[in-house]
Amino acid sequence: MSSNAQRKAIAAAPYVFTIAFFALWEAACRYFKVPPFFLPAPSVIGQAFIDYWWQLMFHSFHTLWMTMVGFGIAVLFGILLGILLGASRIANAGTQPLLVGFNAIPKVAVVPILILWFGVGWIPPVLTAFLISFFPIVVNVATGLSTIEPELEDVMKALGARKWDIMVKIGIPRSLPYLFAALKVAITLAYVGSVIAESNASRYGIGNLITRASADFNVPLVFAALIALAILGVIIFAATVELERRTTGWAHRSQR
Amino acid sequence: MTGFVDINNVTHAYGGDGGVVAVDKLSLSIAQGEFAAVVGPSGCGKSTLMKLVTGLQIPRAGSITVGGSTVRGPLKIAGMAFQAPNLLPWRRTLENILLALELVQPHRSRLRSEREAYVAKVETLLSQVGLKGLGAKFPWELSGGMQQRASLCRALIHEPQLLMLDEPFGALDSFTREELWCVIRDLHAARPVTIILVTHDLREAAFLADRIFCMSVRPGRIIAERRVTFPRPRNLDVIYTAEFTRIVHDLRQQIATARQAA
Repeated sequence: MSSNAQRKAIAAAPYVFTIAFFALWEAACRYFKVPPFFLPAPSVIGQAFIDYWWQLMFHSFHTLWMTMVGFGIAVLFGILLGILLGASRIANAGTQPLLVGFNAIPKVAVVPILILWFGVGWIPPVLTAFLISFFPIVVNVATGLSTIEPELEDVMKALGARKWDIMVKIGIPRSLPYLFAALKVAITLAYVGSVIAESNASRYGIGNLITRASADFNVPLVFAALIALAILGVIIFAATVELERRTTGWAHRSQR
Repeated sequence: MTGFVDINNVTHAYGGDGGVVAVDKLSLSIAQGEFAAVVGPSGCGKSTLMKLVTGLQIPRAGSITVGGSTVRGPLKIAGMAFQAPNLLPWRRTLENILLALELVQPHRSRLRSEREAYVAKVETLLSQVGLKGLGAKFPWELSGGMQQRASLCRALIHEPQLLMLDEPFGALDSFTREELWCVIRDLHAARPVTIILVTHDLREAAFLADRIFCMSVRPGRIIAERRVTFPRPRNLDVIYTAEFTRIVHDLRQQIATARQAA
């Protein structure tokens, strides 16, 4: 295959694979006559999309909003804590067991506590999204900062650089690729967090919609909600990748 | 002693009491504008010597003065280049060289207002090392030899009085290395800079330096000192003269003896 044709094939591949996946799903449902309350076919889910369009849009945007707020706090907090841990080896060693232990706690178990403290509303989803997504950001930023080449630090120090100069001019730009690797993991995690909390502790959001739809045995709507979530997830992930490409293209030069 | 760089009876060790002694009772003196080379087997404390002279490490015993004042912290009048070019991949070559000016006073505070003049200065230096018009390239778009030239520019742009080179050509092929020898030779001829070159390449030392110091294995001491009197400017042909071979051979023997003694 010529390199041009191959490039076109690679560009088309995501669409082809996605369409093939749904076509296969549709065919399997029809062939095996799967009842819609067990596994609805894409066409049935599509009908549910049309029937519940406004509900789905409204709740999706609510979930998106909760996720972005929680994720935003996680990015801010994660970067600050990451810088602290990357700059201070004592802080890094000292907080390690706490951070790892905290990360090991399933966030589903934390939601009831959040409801106890803050009641039903927007705070539990935002906080859950934050709690579940800040850890990879902290770890990656700290790693990026603590792995500066010692010779480079010597060059900087011999030019009279202070710790702050090294941080701003080397550490932060250098840890950006690490940060983006973390953001791609964190953004999807944040989604999981807000939906978990919404299904237990909110009157809005896709999580809540799924809880209610499954109580009504409205399986096509449950699936429509799940697919709406998936679409939002893909869009946000793609936005993160695009931002990464624009800011840290230097780190991905071999893929051009 | 009254050289530009004076090292008096310096001892340095890493890792607390009973740690590894890197250099032991080291003394040497280098005059202003001199080109000195330090050669020795690996692990002889050459890199420690670099760090001591630039104030990145403070000696356990003895004293070091540079330009008449005792070294107590990182020097501001030194430029450094290492075996790895250490260029920042997110900055263009020009911006990589400007980095030095973003840190060193008085350039640091003037850079913003007189940026054009500084950029012109970088361009001049780039063309001196054979990188004319390549300032807009990213480091990874340059070959290894070109990156090393850019690294030399970064070490020189703030017009340091002292240039410290730690095996700067160690990772290059022999043709590129010879080209860069000539670049260094010309840079040294063009400005009043004192250069200390740490290397394990004896031919490199003999071609470039006015004086060569031989170090023993750890703990590092100066075991021999050779003056190289070839007239300047030196041509690469000097490498193939009998006198050059004699110097290199002699140095080699000094180091071999030092290794055996260890």
